[in-house]
Amino acid sequence: MATKEMRSIYVETLIELAEQDERIMVVEADLMKAHGTTSFAQRFPGRAVDVGVAEANMVGVSAGLSLGGKIPFAATFGCFASRRAFDQFFLSANYARLNVKLVGTDPGITAGFNGGTHMPFEDVGLMRMVPGLTIFEPSDPVSLKALMAQSASMWGCTYMRLPRKAVEPIYEEGEEFTLGKGKVLFDGSDVTIIAMGGVLVGEAIKAHGVLKEQGISATVIDMHTVKPLDEELVLHHARKSGAVVTAENHQVAGGLGAAVANYLSRVHPTPIRMVGIQDEFGQVATQGWLQQHYRLTSDEIVAQVKDLLATR
Amino acid sequence: MDTKKIVEFAKEIRKHTLLTIGTLGVGHIGGALSIADVLALLYGKVMNVDPANPLWEERDMLVISKGHAGPALYATLALKGFFPMEELATLNQGGTRLPSHCDRNLTAGVDMTTGSLGQGFSAACGLAYARQLDGKKGYVYAIIGDGESQEGQVWEAAMFAAHYKLDHLIAFTDYNKMQIDGRTDEIMDLGDIEGKWRSFGWYTQRVDGHDVEALDRAVRAAQKNAGTPSMIIMDTIKGKGAFFCEGQVGSHSMAFDLDKANEAVARLG
Repeated sequence: MATKEMRSIYVETLIELAEQDERIMVVEADLMKAHGTTSFAQRFPGRAVDVGVAEANMVGVSAGLSLGGKIPFAATFGCFASRRAFDQFFLSANYARLNVKLVGTDPGITAGFNGGTHMPFEDVGLMRMVPGLTIFEPSDPVSLKALMAQSASMWGCTYMRLPRKAVEPIYEEGEEFTLGKGKVLFDGSDVTIIAMGGVLVGEAIKAHGVLKEQGISATVIDMHTVKPLDEELVLHHARKSGAVVTAENHQVAGGLGAAVANYLSRVHPTPIRMVGIQDEFGQVATQGWLQQHYRLTSDEIVAQVKDLLATR
Repeated sequence: MDTKKIVEFAKEIRKHTLLTIGTLGVGHIGGALSIADVLALLYGKVMNVDPANPLWEERDMLVISKGHAGPALYATLALKGFFPMEELATLNQGGTRLPSHCDRNLTAGVDMTTGSLGQGFSAACGLAYARQLDGKKGYVYAIIGDGESQEGQVWEAAMFAAHYKLDHLIAFTDYNKMQIDGRTDEIMDLGDIEGKWRSFGWYTQRVDGHDVEALDRAVRAAQKNAGTPSMIIMDTIKGKGAFFCEGQVGSHSMAFDLDKANEAVARLG
């Protein structure tokens, strides 16, 4: 059976949430068709606002909608959500202590054919500098649904990374998630692999299997929320294994790897390796080619684990 | 309030704005004084607000997108009884509820946080949309600067408000024709400002921004206008009413002490 696209889950979830809470709105900047939110607009006329090609205004208008008591889910490609509308999200939404749910679609290599101009490897890094902001990247349809519902029900801004395309299911329907609490997929003892997002959590699971065959027992954590980081979980597993490998579809400087290293360096210095983008721009290609090129693969995770364990 | 009282209110706003900034020794006096008359009209007659219940849901709301005019709004709100007059002297002091730029979370009666130019105007549009969707009767007022109108975001928001027919959004441009670096026509000419707003689909009027009767007529005409947002371009004088800075480019942010503020207050009569 073909897996559902993440954008379909996004819209279905928005419609479900909006049926229960009339404050939920959709705000788009000429990507309603790309995100599939036209069905939301048909279902709830007036509650879906297209601002045209104007991302800064999209975020500013969302802040105003929140001021007027609404809960806006504003979505655009992650490059625009972060780089282009950063000041609006920072000030009008976050500094003003409003309630804007910003969604950055096509994170990292999932931007594929849109290429380097549209490939956000830095959105999480930018967003991590916003005080108090909750930042998350669901790894599959079930976690997307659950984490979106939590985002909607909490007061305060959130930033969600959302691939539009299908990703492999990881969780069974009904699995529970909590923003800010990582999910332990495998509990091992030799090394801790902390991954974020559909691409790399999937690769971390594959790496776990390969390592197991080689007699290496790995913990795998789906760290869907990069801020606030689940420090308790990170510390527990860093202590247990004494070796950490992070994996993300993002620059390691500023992303999940940086967050984990920043925390552990202060409380429990632990050897860390980071799989992710190493200070490079994006470029155009298929997602598969990009994944190999930037080494966002299970092979790379395995290589880093083995290298780390060998040098310990 | 009748016209005479509004004129008196505007004078009081000017005096307390001067004293507030003079006590601190430095601040955005020019663009604060240029909007004293419209603030007097809005809070003296037009806006439905309750100082005892600043978050009352049905109130009219004001977004001062040129957030650096905060001190004029604080003088207005204090005179209206939103908070004690003595608090004006705390402007920009550590822990104050009165920062240079407007902050909705700090100051009773301030409806939106602003300071990065252009942003408040978008927020005012979103706010007006939300209230229109909910069928609220009240108005959203917004004040933008002329220098601020060089921000692209202002025009993104302008299209939005016209497209969604936000006729309960009434905006003012404080057209004092000056910005930090000089006269607007020398730094970045706004050209036919009235024509621009009209062509963006706004019901556009132009009035003397220091004539409260003319402002009042324009606001009432804007309220009667249906189907489009309204822009009232106010011809104003930067630093209006303060002998030491009126009409001076340098008044955007300038240093002056309490003695000078007191002298200006005395001259206002």
